Formats: sequence, C-alpha cells, structure tokens
Amino acid sequence: MEHKFQHTPTPQEVADLQLRELDSLCVNESELQHPWWHNLKYSAWGILFGIVFVKAEIISWFRIQEMFRFESFHMYGVIGTAVFVGLISVQLIKRFNVKTVHGEVVHIPNKEFNKGNIYGALIFGLGWAITGACPGPLFAQVGAGFSVVLITFLSAVAGTYVYGLFRDKLPH
Amino acid sequence: MLETLKQPWPWYVAGALIGLTVPYLLLVGNKTFGISSSLRHVCAACMPGDIKFFKYDWKKEIWNLFFVGGIAVGAFIGAQFLSDPDPIVLAESTQEYLATKGITDTAQLLPSEIFSWDRLFSLRGFIFIVLGGFMVGFGTRYGGGCTSGHAIMGLSSLQWPSLVATVMFMIGGIVMTWTILPFLLTL
Repeated sequence: MEHKFQHTPTPQEVADLQLRELDSLCVNESELQHPWWHNLKYSAWGILFGIVFVKAEIISWFRIQEMFRFESFHMYGVIGTAVFVGLISVQLIKRFNVKTVHGEVVHIPNKEFNKGNIYGALIFGLGWAITGACPGPLFAQVGAGFSVVLITFLSAVAGTYVYGLFRDKLPH
Repeated sequence: MLETLKQPWPWYVAGALIGLTVPYLLLVGNKTFGISSSLRHVCAACMPGDIKFFKYDWKKEIWNLFFVGGIAVGAFIGAQFLSDPDPIVLAESTQEYLATKGITDTAQLLPSEIFSWDRLFSLRGFIFIVLGGFMVGFGTRYGGGCTSGHAIMGLSSLQWPSLVATVMFMIGGIVMTWTILPFLLTL
C-alpha cells in the first residue's frame, strides 16, 4: 500500500498516512489543497447514490432477504452490474492513463491480505443478514425516514470503536 | 417522466450508476470508493480517546463524510418526492416464508414488525437493531471494508483480498439467513 509522495513528506505526514491506510481500502492522499466546498461534489454524487438506493429498493431489508434466500436476481444484478461497470472503468483509466480533472495520476492503493478479511468479513455478513443493511444503506434508511435505524447506525459506530479498542489483540 | 421515475428502478440502471461511482470518485478527486470508512472517521472525529487506530488526521478524509451525508439527503429526496405508492413486489416464496414468521407488512422498505421504536426494547428488536448494527460496524472494520470498498471498488481493481472478503461476507449472510435467522425471527 505504498503511496508515492510528489514532495518530500515529513515523518508526521508519513505516519499519519500509514495510520489511515491501516485495514482500509479507502485512503486518499491527493496532494492538492482545495477549499471546503470542493467536497460538495462528493455530496452531489452521494445524493444521486441515495436516490438510487431508495428507488432500486437496495436499502430494503426484504431485498436482502431475497438475495440470501436465492429467491430473486435483483440484488445480484445490481452488484454484478456495478462491479462490471467499475471494472471496465478502472481498466480504461489504467489503459489510457486517464488523469483526474486536476491532472493528477490516478492512484489506487493495493490491499494487503490479512486474516481480518476472513474473520471480520464473516462477522459483517452475519450482521448484514440481520440488519438488511450494509453501511451505505444505513445512512440511506435514516434519510428515508426510518428514524430507528439511527440506533443501528450508532451501534455500528460502537462496533467500529470496539474494533479499534481491541485491534492489537485480534488475529490479523 | 416523473411517473417513470416513481416506478421501482431496474437492477441494471441502479447497478450501472453505482458502478460509475468508482470512476467518478477517482477522476474527480483521486478518491477510492468505500463507505464503511466513514464509521471510522466518525470515531476519529468524535471520540479518538487514546486509541492509535483513531488518532489520525480525519479531516483529510472528510470528503467521505460529505459523500455519506449526500446519501442520506438523496434517500430523503427519493422517499419524499419519488416514492412509489405501491408496496414492494417480493418474490412469492420469500413473502410466504416471512409470513410464517409473522412478517407480513411489506408496505415499506423495512418490516414494521421488526424495525420500529416500539420494538426496539424487545429482545428481537435489540438483536436486529442494536446487535446487528454492532456486528456490521465491527465486522466491516475488522474485514477492511464493506460491500462498496471490497465487492465493488476492490473487485473492480482486481484485488484478491477483496474477493476473499466478498466471498466471506456472502457466506456469513447465507449462513445467518438459513440457520440462525429463522430462530431470531420467532423471538
């Protein structure tokens, strides 16, 4: 999961990056500085995403039941299409060396395997079938007006916190 | 047009839009798609304590919180202005099975028999709402990602640890659904 800094990083910067990279696919280290409102472009896509979640019933507990009971193709179709489109996009970006809108080289960190990918993912799967929601749909369910899911969300934050607390004692 | 949008959207439209999130985030700001990280950033922002795992500069990842905030807003818009008045069309076999467990209210996206404030303080409510959420939060972080980070972003960029994780959480979901959940639903 190495990241090539374009400037000489300070030891603090390197340490902070390594810490954020820990067990996460989702680290971002663009070196550009932008005013805060640049983040609204992520909100904008999030809004579209949330509408899709509701309108394709992806946030429905029932749809997740159907999926795990193999009684509907719907969710497999959604996830399969998403992976297909994502895969083609990443391949095109790599093949043609497409730069970001700010001209940066696109960087996708490599994920290193650890045993958490087995044990942790299994625990997540067990929980997913109960709640009928992975983390994304939790936000969407709250937004769609299911206020009790706020409790599920807070429990999920608590679960993440407890993981951080006991991280050193867990097999990785 | 609006009438069409109010119908449930087909899987290929939803899948394509979700898949396009990957190049959108990469090309707009060199970000990799992943939602469960937001839970970690919430911990880092609100209660890092003395835990090394949460002591990092969360503001560098704040785009992720803007993104999930957008998801909540979008879901609000979808539910308020584009909602389909008809109940969700379920596979008949799923519907019959759930009816044997007393779950018959399919008027909304979540069954009111389980997910409501009244039920929160019952044993079943506690397991589905509190314990389930805890397992999702703990498991995704321990597993290094969720459906978005592993199944979509990870598989899209051909990372084999993500394939392992995806297979494992699908197994977890299937095992729960076929072995333990039938009992939990009767509580």
